[in-house]
Amino acid sequence: MKLNTVIIGGGLAGLTAGIRLQKAGKSTAIISAGQNALHFFSGRFESVSESSADFIDFFAEAGVRLHYHEGVSLMPMGKLVPSSLSLEDVSIFPEGGLPRKALIVNFTGYHDFFSSFLAEGLEKEGCACRIRFIRIDEMERLRESPSEMRSVHIARIMDKAWEKVVQEVRVLLKDEDTVILPQVFGLKDSHTPSLIRERIPAKVVFAGTLPPSVPGIRTQLQLRRRYELLGGTFLMGDEAVSAETDGARVSSISTKNLQGHPLEAEHFILATGGFFSKGLSSNPQKVWEPLFGLDVEALADRNEWYDPDFLKEQPYMGFGVKTDASLRALKAGEIIDNLYVAGSILGATHPELGSGAGLALRSAFAVADLIAKL
Amino acid sequence: MTLQEYTSSIHNFEECMKCTVCTAYCPVVQVNPLYPGPKQAGPDGERLRLKDPYFFNKALKYCLNCKRCEVACPSGVHVADLIQAARIRYDHSAPKLRDRLLASTDFMGSLARPFAPIVNAVTGLGVTKKVLDATMKIDSHRTFPKYSASSFERWLKRRRKEQAAFPEQVAYFHGCYVNYNYPQLGKDLVKVLNALGVGVQLLEKEKCCGIAMIVNGMSKEATKHAVHNVAVLGKAVEKGLKVVTTSSTCTLTMREEYPALLGVDNSAVKDSLLLATRYIFERLEAGAQLKFRPDFHLKVAYHTPCHMEKLGWGVFSEKLLKMIPGVEFTLLDSACCGISGTYGFKKENYEASQAIGAALFEQIRAVNPDVVACDCETCKWQIEMSTGYSVKNPISILAEALA
Ligand SMILES: Cc1cc2nc3c(=O)[nH]c(=O)nc-3n(C[C@H](O)[C@H](O)[C@H](O)COP(=O)(O)OP(=O)(O)OC[C@H]3O[C@@H](n4cnc5c(N)ncnc54)[C@H](O)[C@@H]3O)c2cc1C
Repeated sequence: MKLNTVIIGGGLAGLTAGIRLQKAGKSTAIISAGQNALHFFSGRFESVSESSADFIDFFAEAGVRLHYHEGVSLMPMGKLVPSSLSLEDVSIFPEGGLPRKALIVNFTGYHDFFSSFLAEGLEKEGCACRIRFIRIDEMERLRESPSEMRSVHIARIMDKAWEKVVQEVRVLLKDEDTVILPQVFGLKDSHTPSLIRERIPAKVVFAGTLPPSVPGIRTQLQLRRRYELLGGTFLMGDEAVSAETDGARVSSISTKNLQGHPLEAEHFILATGGFFSKGLSSNPQKVWEPLFGLDVEALADRNEWYDPDFLKEQPYMGFGVKTDASLRALKAGEIIDNLYVAGSILGATHPELGSGAGLALRSAFAVADLIAKL
Repeated sequence: MTLQEYTSSIHNFEECMKCTVCTAYCPVVQVNPLYPGPKQAGPDGERLRLKDPYFFNKALKYCLNCKRCEVACPSGVHVADLIQAARIRYDHSAPKLRDRLLASTDFMGSLARPFAPIVNAVTGLGVTKKVLDATMKIDSHRTFPKYSASSFERWLKRRRKEQAAFPEQVAYFHGCYVNYNYPQLGKDLVKVLNALGVGVQLLEKEKCCGIAMIVNGMSKEATKHAVHNVAVLGKAVEKGLKVVTTSSTCTLTMREEYPALLGVDNSAVKDSLLLATRYIFERLEAGAQLKFRPDFHLKVAYHTPCHMEKLGWGVFSEKLLKMIPGVEFTLLDSACCGISGTYGFKKENYEASQAIGAALFEQIRAVNPDVVACDCETCKWQIEMSTGYSVKNPISILAEALA
């Protein structure tokens, strides 16, 4: 199959680049070995500090609703962290705007939402909290298999039953200024969180649960749908296994499912994620990029890879594939002319592009725009 | 030897990091709380089963083998293989008569075909359905696929000479469905391949691919079929022929399940066994041409069957359909239709089966196409029964569009 661009990796970076290229009229395919980091996404795009109309408009076209506000947001374990660009599900408190009195509502028997940690975190900031549990009839069925009482299963029920939660909350609500609910709303329809907010007479905050992330999965579905609607080919569950090169250029990629049918293209984008998604591999001796064997920026001494303080920033998270200024990959010190790199596989090699989802968006925009101009 | 070599396992189960993404994509978990879900049924359960088979959970039978868990897994765990392999290994209960009958698609076909008009009339009767429902637990909402009075094999044999005259040749694994129920699909394939200058041959007596046996507790019988099929496929491949198919499930079974679940080595034939859509796409890409009717107009919505999703070849059907002038194409969200072969025929699964498919049916009604395209015969029954829209294999649409 011949395409303009083949993208390896179907996470936030791969999909963003794919959509942008399809919009520019280029034919593309995305190879995606399994699901990606969006399934663990908090809804906060790390490291975006400028107000970013470009990103907001781009996502709105896919039905993904973002907002940009500077402040802090509430993490699943009760910590407040600086936030800016986020999915609409995520509430951002401006400076001095933290809740004074909060009602935390969870479902009886749902263990993936940490109400008491949330309360502890908020109480440290001087917010009084009350925790209440509710039962919704439609959810009773889930209890037959308690170990599978998970965010996504609850969310499927809530797609239909969210108004019952609103009723229960309205009954429970006393003089609290804020209601905190688990992030299990709007799996199907991204409008649901705002509809809930309209119907409850207090500020409504959706706090993260254990994975999978409901707003993250929804975002993945919306981006994939948008990409396919624009004519892109999404090869779900397939894996790039080898590359054919021709001098300083990549000519085709072979995949696990399409053995005997290499994907040829003029340009390639490597967006295979970090260690977590197998974009980078490691053993006790070294760190490497498994598909092309690209040059990797990493510390030589293994003792420096990690900080014994588990909660500190871990140096290995900064390791990434080496590229030139226009994000073309390096192998044995030489530039590969038509192989661009985007997303977390870059690690911290380009600090100006930020980290996390901010890095994924900026690098994907950058490489897609370069390719679209060629 | 390194530590990794000691800890690695068949089906990659130790790669599981408990993220539950598989369970999020399992269609059964969404409708049947008795099913423990792919994470528990697969890698979690495996850990226990390896310690003691006592931990085998009979509820694994609710798995419909759609493999969507495996497609979604970010860590490369063969979740679906783990579940089916555990059923084969630990579930020694004899399959029920009903399951045996449902699973023996070619045996049933060869019995029923000579009496096709009678069988069709009888199985279509309300009273027969009620009897089957009550005695056999085959749900009365289901209609048995009609049997064709004349088999596809017979039809093609009569054209042996004419087909042999084409300069190029392929062999065709038609499967039970084309042979006994719907020879028209086979005829459509012959028409399209002939238009490309390719003649079609039968294999030297193929057997049912065996998937229905694998999932109905008859793996010994399935293994016999696998050994037989690999041998006859091998004969065609030795002659330098490619073997084409029109069913995504037969293809996945013979390419992937034979080695992974039945331990039957298919390495000599695997690369030569292709869905016809892929074969045709590759011919066209290499410069071959098809002439299409100028007046053709059809609104097509493509449904990716679960086994096609796993195979990863939906792209060929999609690209072929888009290539036909006058086709208005919509790709439906990839989702299970709920039938999964014989699963949805069983009374105990009927409700779950319909609930699983609901989102897909809803989307089809919203798109309102002239026809739904898909490469799987059981999806066809399910979607036709549940939505009233007609469903065709992309090959048949291609054949209709030819000038
Ligand atoms: C658990 C977790 C939670 C996170 N939460 C946040 C957050 O809340 N906010 C934030 O800003 N950032 C977060 N991040 C950072 C995250 O990495 C980025 O936000 C972003 O989603 C990364 O996107 P990506 O496309 O670069 O990589 P990924 O999302 O990792 O996608 C890479 C994809 O490539 C595929 N792949 C790998 N190898 C191959 C191959 N050979 N062939 C085909 N496909 C292949 C993988 O299967 C995967 O689907 C989180 C990261 C992790 C791991």
